[in-house]
Amino acid sequence: LQAERIPLAHHFSNLEQQREVATLGMWAFLATEVLFFGGVLTGYAVYRSQYPDDFQEASRRLSIPLAATNTVILIGSSLTVALALHSIRLGNVLALRLFLGATLILGATFLGIKFFEYSLDYEEHLIPVIDFDPEKWPANLTMAHGALFMVFYFILTGLHAVHMLVGMGVLAYLLFQASRNRYSEKYFIPVEVAGLYWHFVDIVWVFLFPLLYLVRI
Amino acid sequence: MASTTTHAPTARTYLLVFAALLTLTASTVLVAYAELGPWHTAVALAIAFAKATLIVLFFMHALGGSRLVHLIVLAALLWLGIMLAFTLADFWTREADKRIRNPASLSAPRQARHFLL
Repeated sequence: LQAERIPLAHHFSNLEQQREVATLGMWAFLATEVLFFGGVLTGYAVYRSQYPDDFQEASRRLSIPLAATNTVILIGSSLTVALALHSIRLGNVLALRLFLGATLILGATFLGIKFFEYSLDYEEHLIPVIDFDPEKWPANLTMAHGALFMVFYFILTGLHAVHMLVGMGVLAYLLFQASRNRYSEKYFIPVEVAGLYWHFVDIVWVFLFPLLYLVRI
Repeated sequence: MASTTTHAPTARTYLLVFAALLTLTASTVLVAYAELGPWHTAVALAIAFAKATLIVLFFMHALGGSRLVHLIVLAALLWLGIMLAFTLADFWTREADKRIRNPASLSAPRQARHFLL
């Protein structure tokens, strides 16, 4: 009965081949994602090297405790996703559901803290174009360059948040499918592929955290 | 080929990697407050790279993955390196270029501070 549920596509000779192709496809996509975020980070490197003091001054107004908490939360969600895959490899569907649910909760907590941070940024007048007028901006620094830092901050964290939303949508679908017993120790390809994506989103944050919050030159 | 499935890490490995990632996160925050002079960004990026390596090797199972996976990881790093190296080789040397073309400015104080140094 379980075997009938294993969706082996007809163009693959066996599940192992199908699994390798699916994970390889995700890896290839992630390589393009490296360059997607890398492009913005290259622009960031160019402008930070030109206006180091302004970037530092703007970065000082961000909350390190909130961002550090979020880093721990996201690393924790990477662990739960890894354990979700580990569980279903051993055929433990209940543990799979629990770990997927935990990952979703951690992801939602991350985004909650992130949007709370955005509201703090708004209160401190750190929104470029709309309201950029931070208090006690040093006279020897250029406010426009600080605004440029905040542009990079919102683009990078915003793109990252969108990636998290996509990942959470995929994980919610996995949880739904897991609740219908669609995965087993024989078939867990979607869990593995979604896990790769989620870990990548974690890696992006690992770089954003020091580059945006820990600017001490 | 089937060896890729059997090389999956144990739950203990995952927890150890998680502990290592937390330690590195704590150290990157502490190091940000330390007196490192111009080396802050270099150290922060080195720690971030170490964390990313742990995630790729253990959480994403690149360790024990197929050669094609290794090739894709290396290709991503190579192309990212090309983008960063060629772009920054331009922007980070413009100041020096100006001095070479106009030796009179050699006595003037250096304007832009380096991103890493």
